[in-house]
Amino acid sequence: MFDGYTMSELGSIFAMQGFAGLILFSVFVLMALGLAIIFGQMGVINMAHGEFMILGAYVTYLCSNLFSTYLPGLFDIYFFIAMVLSFIAAGALGMLVEWSLIRHLYKRPLDTLLATWGLSLILQQLYRSIFGAREVGVSLPDWLMGSYPLTETIEVPINGIFVMVLTVLITTAVYFLIFRSGWGRQVRAVTQNRIMSGAVGINTERVDRLTFGIGCGIAGIAGSAFTMIGSTGPTAGQLYIVDTFLVVVFGGAQSLFGTIASAFAISQSQSAMEFFLSGSMAKVLTLLTVVGILMLRPQGLFSLKIRR
Amino acid sequence: MSTTFLNRFGSRADYIGIAVLMTLIVVVLPLTVDIFRLNLIGKYLTYAFVAIGLVLCWGYGGILSLGQGVFFGLGGYCMAMFLKLEASTPEATKIQSTPGIPDFMDWNQLTELPWFWEPFHSFGFTLIAIILIPTLFAFVIGLAMFKRRVGGVYFAIITQAIAAIMTILIIGQQGYTGGVNGITDLRTLLGWDIRTDEAKYVLYFVNAALLLLVIQLSLFVRHSKLGRIMVAMRDKEDRIRFSGYSVANFKIFIFCFAAAVSAIGGAMFTLQVGFMSPSFVGIVPSIEMVIFAAVGGRLSILGAVYGALLVNFAKTSFSEAFPELWLFAMGALFIGVVLAFPNGLAGLYATHVVPFIRSFSARRGGLFDRSVTFGGRVEEGGAK
Repeated sequence: MFDGYTMSELGSIFAMQGFAGLILFSVFVLMALGLAIIFGQMGVINMAHGEFMILGAYVTYLCSNLFSTYLPGLFDIYFFIAMVLSFIAAGALGMLVEWSLIRHLYKRPLDTLLATWGLSLILQQLYRSIFGAREVGVSLPDWLMGSYPLTETIEVPINGIFVMVLTVLITTAVYFLIFRSGWGRQVRAVTQNRIMSGAVGINTERVDRLTFGIGCGIAGIAGSAFTMIGSTGPTAGQLYIVDTFLVVVFGGAQSLFGTIASAFAISQSQSAMEFFLSGSMAKVLTLLTVVGILMLRPQGLFSLKIRR
Repeated sequence: MSTTFLNRFGSRADYIGIAVLMTLIVVVLPLTVDIFRLNLIGKYLTYAFVAIGLVLCWGYGGILSLGQGVFFGLGGYCMAMFLKLEASTPEATKIQSTPGIPDFMDWNQLTELPWFWEPFHSFGFTLIAIILIPTLFAFVIGLAMFKRRVGGVYFAIITQAIAAIMTILIIGQQGYTGGVNGITDLRTLLGWDIRTDEAKYVLYFVNAALLLLVIQLSLFVRHSKLGRIMVAMRDKEDRIRFSGYSVANFKIFIFCFAAAVSAIGGAMFTLQVGFMSPSFVGIVPSIEMVIFAAVGGRLSILGAVYGALLVNFAKTSFSEAFPELWLFAMGALFIGVVLAFPNGLAGLYATHVVPFIRSFSARRGGLFDRSVTFGGRVEEGGAK
């Protein structure tokens, strides 16, 4: 399959595909981070996670329209405001959902799966009724357009670099939030032993609600970033949900590092294969490999040792 | 004699339930609705096979599979491949550049029949394949997962991923599978035209007979020692393991059983609807099949049939009248059935109708003297 390419061409192809893989990786990481917090820390399967992401994407779309109509002077920085708003909107909806739905189902994880699937159907139809079934795209400010030539044959798109920087920043923030803050310590305490945490005075219900809210909020930011590299439709979230769950499970549910490593492995292998095989076969092969490895090593690549 | 027989194949209440259901399916519905609607009901009943499999596997075994559509689809595709080969005789396809192969292969520049299509020329092989291929597939999945004690949500996610892989594969390999349109334009079964009204009636009754058989088998499994071990396993897996049973083998068995039953449903679906496509294989149809079982009551085999009928009937009539409201209703159904009615219709029947019947029959004395529920006990709490 490498016939007809010279070495330098092959090098460029791998570099470009590698870069495309890095963008995919960024979206995976952003989506999987929220999911890993909710699934890994709380044990809740949130099938509506993709829809929280799309909520962020629609908020960004609305902001883009608002700023270009009413505040064209601030259009250059609208994206940062949109991200904050996406986080708040998705996070608030997440907390509402936790309060009304999830908290009744903590003892029945399989049922949260069905209930959140129902929620995702409702949200999809809601988006379709409000924004229409057509996909929408945002207009990017000028400084995010175009690409940066690295060598003669390799060019990297600027919006891709931006998404990657964003991913690094948010991942770092999540790391500090979970492993270095008082709130993170409470979350981890509740994960390890809910009853004891309650006994030492942690308000476990509040911790749960905040955790779920922040997980959903990060999904909102992921959606916001997603608008820069693709268009948004009501069912776009569903396309990513299985991949994202595999990323989280493959990495080992409780491990933040595992999530990032598996997102990297999955996105890179997929985009590298995509160039030589058809897109669908690349995806089939990647998913099959992941499922195969999970069958051999069900706890995922990196697992924390937790006494249950 | 009759008591032992009854205990082995279901309680007296089960038999009354089966009699009511079969009267409805075989007598009432064919007499009251036209053949178009009856054909639709036949299609809904093929989903009941999957729902029954899920009741055993999820309700009693505690294994939630979100990939039942894969087995439904495998059964359906096996049948469709046979019918397609029969429809693609060299005479019928002489306008193609390669006569004698299915039309979609010709459109995709294939010049000969792929090797895995060859055996589907034989009807006997097809019938065996319909059961065997999905069961073997389920066996491999089950062996890999349950032997390593993967269960619960992990199993659900992985089966869902398998459903996704299957759909992408079928759509991607257009030349071999018919792609997104599936295998269409099926005409005859062993020379017998399946598109006539008469054939639709016959297929409907064959479907009903198979359903009865599957219900009987499922009740047998549920009332056997195996069924009791399964329930115990769902509730306290470790205790069963420490009592010396191989938990994984029981799980593998019930998962394979559910797969085989779903595949029969899939094959009957192809026969009655006249085509098979990846839209019945993927994530969305697979999870909808779970809701059929949940609405009927995850612990009730007969309830699953009612669940499949009702949800599909609601789906058809809703999406005809208010297409945009259907997803709202479906979403609400998922949430409602989980939050408010974890035991579904069968649970409602057990808590509201049974006491009424019992007080009625207590005055008459006799008929409903023993524990009467909708095809089985309804335990509190349900699956983990």
